[in-house]
Amino acid sequence: MLLLAFDTATPAVTIALCEAPDAGPPGAGRVLAELTTVDARRHGELLTPGIREVLAKAGAGARELSAIAVGVGPGPYTGLRVGLATAQALGAALGVPAHGVHTLDALAFASGRSEPFLAATDARRKEIFWARYADARHRETEVAVDRPAEVPVGGLPVIGHGGLLYPDVLGGGLDPVYPSAGALGLLAAERLAAGEPLPPARPVYLRRPDARQPGAPKPVSRP
Amino acid sequence: MTDAPLVLGIETSCDETGIGLVRGHTLLADEIASSVEEHARFGGVVPEVASRAHLEAMTPTIARALDRAGASLADVDAIAVTAGPGLAGALLVGVAAAKAYALALDKPLYGVNHLSAHVAVDQLEHGALPKPCVALLVSGGHSSLLLVRDLAQAVVPLGATVDDAAGEAYDKVARLLGMPFPGGPPIDRAAREGDPAAIRFPRGKYDDGTLDFSFAGLKTAVARWVEDRRRAGEPVPVADVAASFQEAVVDVLTKKAIAACREHGADHLLIGGGVAANSRLRALAEERCRAAGIHLRVPRPKLCTDNGAMVAALGAELVSANALPSRLDLPADSSLPVEYVRV
Ligand SMILES: [Zn+2]
Repeated sequence: MLLLAFDTATPAVTIALCEAPDAGPPGAGRVLAELTTVDARRHGELLTPGIREVLAKAGAGARELSAIAVGVGPGPYTGLRVGLATAQALGAALGVPAHGVHTLDALAFASGRSEPFLAATDARRKEIFWARYADARHRETEVAVDRPAEVPVGGLPVIGHGGLLYPDVLGGGLDPVYPSAGALGLLAAERLAAGEPLPPARPVYLRRPDARQPGAPKPVSRP
Repeated sequence: MTDAPLVLGIETSCDETGIGLVRGHTLLADEIASSVEEHARFGGVVPEVASRAHLEAMTPTIARALDRAGASLADVDAIAVTAGPGLAGALLVGVAAAKAYALALDKPLYGVNHLSAHVAVDQLEHGALPKPCVALLVSGGHSSLLLVRDLAQAVVPLGATVDDAAGEAYDKVARLLGMPFPGGPPIDRAAREGDPAAIRFPRGKYDDGTLDFSFAGLKTAVARWVEDRRRAGEPVPVADVAASFQEAVVDVLTKKAIAACREHGADHLLIGGGVAANSRLRALAEERCRAAGIHLRVPRPKLCTDNGAMVAALGAELVSANALPSRLDLPADSSLPVEYVRV
């Protein structure tokens, strides 16, 4: 399969084109081209031109793609939605499936670790998105959003930007800091080849929208 | 015009996910997914709620529009999308999707101005716009007067609200009177039973010689008047308040619109935006245009509120004018100036 992967749930806009067998054991896929740009404010401007660039670098056309894999977050909403809107639209326009991959799973997979660890990304508002992993391929907890001090780190190493932001509590954040689309794509390809289901390409927000129901109108009269 | 290019229009500047399909001046599909009911209990549009709803609705609404038009994505010749102005996060969903469709289908992309699109949509109903023409755009988000010399390139702002949009004033007065959001339709309905001359509410910037508007003072005056009645233990004559408030709004809007036509030698006035559906605005505009010898053009209500057809209509105009397509790195610009018809 020829799989286009990308993630916009962190300050990084990361895009990769991966080639992998349709079935079989893990480890057989390869990254044909990859592009990562860290710019938290320009996801919407960078993603589609980046996709075009990655396809061109690999000498592939959009119509040759067999699937899309996108990071479903959680992550800051505005950037996250750029990735999801793009994945859904590409899937619909090309007539190929658009699969989701949890962003933290992609980060964990890229670490290649074989011992337990935590993966964490920035959730803003002094909180992090985090999950615990048995190794690079296996997540042990649901993805959660918490203040760093409330996370049961239990002495485990912490990978990712979330750890980097709170070195006192989380020990500094080991590599990789951001997810890579190459890892995301290879993980997706591995799961698909193994017949494991992937989540749909829909965003994981973990928080409700901020909105307040109005009370009675405030009086405007002079006293 | 059946061989004119098929243009897909995507609109997500506020709370409506609008998808339109247009060939030349012919409307083939106009599908809307609205999140207005999710906002009603908050008394106004909540940007994050709107953005989430746009993402959910995008690809299904495009599929529905294609179905309605009896077309497939392979038939689409160009894609147009609202690049601004509007809610930043909401715009971004439409822009991201539009770019992806453009890339996947290998078709040109046009990032367009929402306000110019409100003008362009009238061509789907009344044919080519005469040049020049003045457009009055009124909604919950905008209150603007534009001089349209050439839709594909020259739209000049003549005036705009200096504070609240007219539709915003409607929403706030409706809430004061215990009516639901959005406030335009219930106030319009209540006003039909009331006396527009019952209360003389202030008309902001009425005689200031500019083509700008101000509705904040009016809104406050209505609130004060209602509070004074309530404090005195007297009943609030809801119909009269609604009618008198509405009269103040449409009096200023139409007066300035006619003045704009006169100042700029335009003998056509176009009214667009959600408030264009208001019955009193239409009636007073007709009356004043007739007296001034100006032709009035108002698209049907469904084309006045935000929709995808208007974006497709402007896209079609740009394609037929051989305008340069936008680049794939085009940004969504929440405060895109009126002068930029295309980004
Ligand atoms: Zn509008």
